[in-house]
Amino acid sequence: MTSGSIRTDGAEPGRGLGIKRAVAAALAPMLALCAGIAQANPEPGQLNMTRGVTTWSGEPYFLNNVALGVCVVIGIVVFGAMFIAMFRFRKSRGAVPEKWSHNTTVEIIWTAIPVLILMALAWMATGGLVSFADTTGAQMTIKVTGYQWKWRYDYVDYQGKPVSKVGFMSRLDELSDKTRQLGSGMDPYAVKTGNENTYLLNVDKPLVLPIHTKIRFVITSEDVIHSWWVPAFGWKMDAIPGIVNSAWTNINEAGTYRGQCAELCGQDHGFMPIVVKAVSQEDFNKWLAAQEQANAPAPAATPAAASTAAAPAGHG
Amino acid sequence: MAHEATHDHHDHHHAPQGFFQRWVMSTNHKDIGTLYLVFSLTMFFIGGSFAMVIRAELFKPGLDLVQPYFFNEMTTMHALVMIFGAIMPAFVGLGNWMIPLMIGAPDMALPRMNNLSFWILPFAFALMLSTLFLPGGGPAGGWTMYPPLSLQSSSLAYVVFAIHLMGISSIMGAINIIATILNMRAPGMDLLKMPVFVWSWLITAFLLIAVMPVLAGAVTMLLTDKYFGTSFFNPGGGGDPVLYQHVFWFFGHPEVYIMILPAFGIISEIVPTFARKPIFGYRAMVYAIACIAFLSFIVWAHHMFAVGLPLGADIFFMYATMLIAVPTGVKVFNWVATMWGGSMTFETPMLFAVAFIILFTIGGFSGLMLALVPADFQYHDTYFVVAHFHYVLVTGAAFAIMGGTYYWLPKWTGHMYNEFWGKVHFWCSVVFVNVLFFPQHFLGLAGMPRRIPDYNVAFANFNMISSIGGFLFGASQLIFLGVVVHCAFFARKKAADRVWEGAKGLEWTVPSPAPHHTFEVPPVVRDEELAHGHVDD
Repeated sequence: MTSGSIRTDGAEPGRGLGIKRAVAAALAPMLALCAGIAQANPEPGQLNMTRGVTTWSGEPYFLNNVALGVCVVIGIVVFGAMFIAMFRFRKSRGAVPEKWSHNTTVEIIWTAIPVLILMALAWMATGGLVSFADTTGAQMTIKVTGYQWKWRYDYVDYQGKPVSKVGFMSRLDELSDKTRQLGSGMDPYAVKTGNENTYLLNVDKPLVLPIHTKIRFVITSEDVIHSWWVPAFGWKMDAIPGIVNSAWTNINEAGTYRGQCAELCGQDHGFMPIVVKAVSQEDFNKWLAAQEQANAPAPAATPAAASTAAAPAGHG
Repeated sequence: MAHEATHDHHDHHHAPQGFFQRWVMSTNHKDIGTLYLVFSLTMFFIGGSFAMVIRAELFKPGLDLVQPYFFNEMTTMHALVMIFGAIMPAFVGLGNWMIPLMIGAPDMALPRMNNLSFWILPFAFALMLSTLFLPGGGPAGGWTMYPPLSLQSSSLAYVVFAIHLMGISSIMGAINIIATILNMRAPGMDLLKMPVFVWSWLITAFLLIAVMPVLAGAVTMLLTDKYFGTSFFNPGGGGDPVLYQHVFWFFGHPEVYIMILPAFGIISEIVPTFARKPIFGYRAMVYAIACIAFLSFIVWAHHMFAVGLPLGADIFFMYATMLIAVPTGVKVFNWVATMWGGSMTFETPMLFAVAFIILFTIGGFSGLMLALVPADFQYHDTYFVVAHFHYVLVTGAAFAIMGGTYYWLPKWTGHMYNEFWGKVHFWCSVVFVNVLFFPQHFLGLAGMPRRIPDYNVAFANFNMISSIGGFLFGASQLIFLGVVVHCAFFARKKAADRVWEGAKGLEWTVPSPAPHHTFEVPPVVRDEELAHGHVDD
């Protein structure tokens, strides 16, 4: 029940979500039944979106559920009326056609009611949109760059201080890559990390992020358009050459969250996954310090680090 | 030459005898309509075979059949062929056949242009499909051709030229339809007495004229960016890749309605006929179509919520998009109200119309969900979107075309199609199309992106179900082919002039099959003979 649970820390940036939380909390168990065990990563037979794991990711989930509910109710009413008509007014039952062809009252009613429903939906959606657009007050900045067909992550600043030379490429893990070749003869079901099947959803180097931290992403691309999407965060944002887009997240729970490129970017579009490893702030501080230390001396150590690290003397 | 042509025109009241003369040099709206429909059916099967490749590759996890690049060629070509080759020409074909018959005109206003606008199409598609056999392969950047990706394709010039040709064809077709409807109506056929199908085509034709040049402009900029050193979409030269998306979708969203408004028209003809009751709210139906057409010009950026639009733009395009639900809802309610109090029978055309109303509405529901921007951040570019637009285009546009074909086929051929096999085709189609597309909603919600050739095992169950549905839906269309061919060449049962008991309108006053030339003398239009009855009150 991880994804159905509601955040317990009181400090919530942005607006109150009281009613939405209550509705989401009420719906979550029902939907969790549909989805098997609620989780952050896709599950076999999953029927609905999950709530996600960030302070904001409940917004799309909530809107999705409400809109779905509204559509189901309207559908039952309209299709119900239609099936009654098809049953009652059949020629084979001796129905005689009537002559009328309009009725102003009902026409006004069935124009006005949808307008009211739409206004309610629009009001709810606008709230979620406004809170998403507010990327101010971030405690950390990550630069995400899309390449054909891998991602690059650069840690720009953390807790108000610039991060020194921490950045790396992140690409499809080797086992998935071998398995996915045409005629490899390898079984996608055998690609596992622990108990979880991670075929095409695993990378060599995940993006490590702290929880309970407002993180701003600046997203761009070096070649064609990509789109950075981790479903557990509740949004995707296109990575476009020449444009820097921004988005934010604030993760509630430690865990590993998987996503994929969501904009067609060429032949290996399906093979550039995204993996985020969310850890506690203490663990993150240690990890970041270790990375900074590793990259501080003249590197040439890993090819991934080489491009951000300052070039060794003599090459400069 | 001119003298000869004029002489010829006065002389023959039957179709020319020679095959070449009759079909290639035709200026007859019925023959050209038939050409369009045959072309469309051919493209439907070619585009469908691409879809079969896609569903076969996605049958189970792991790449088993094709390379990823070829998979992308298939998704791109499937869309281009189905949109520009199957759906649009089918509506033009139906319009060509039926509009002059419905408004009491002897032919289209510009018959030679009619010939040209059809005969461009086979060349355009030969050009486009030929890229699959050329070194470098066909277009693989999606039918939307977003730069910079589309600029990496070596077949860009072919595709751009093919699109120019299709655009010219569509614009000429649209001009012809507008000229016909505005100038050639029989006396007494006022604008607000025209059948809804004619209205829907009149509005669609204006949409075509408005947006096809925009598409031509967008793809021409791609061409010059790739080959002539311009930088419209190249940030390195001061351009903007997002500009292309704005221009493309300014075409693309009206294009979506170009593919559905004539379908609304067809359904509005079929439902009153089989309910034996005038259409409910004729004027509201016409105004709703006009309203949807207007709104289609101000909602384009809802295809682009993930490109990082400013907050104000997100909000505007969300509200404008949601507004479309109102006139669309009016249409659905009016169709249901037309059935209410009628005396219904359920021949094949009516079955398709009923399925259209339900399944198109389901596609409309997912469209409403997609309009909500925060939720769209999740849905965008997933299988949820794939499910959405296949519900509106397959169970919407394609079902309306099939329903319309069954509805008018006896008028075209003079023979009844086989009702039993028509119903078999319907039931197979309606069951399998849902097996095919409904699970794709779940896949999208669970996080499967679109346009990927391979996927995690978590998506395996629903992909396999979807593929099975796809193969069976594809196979079901062979029944359709069989019924149409049988009706055209082998059927014995003669069709009456008024094929359906409840059918009203001028097209049912001419003999079945409709003779080569009709309404050479304008018919007398009587209000009670129109499908929507008296509209004065």
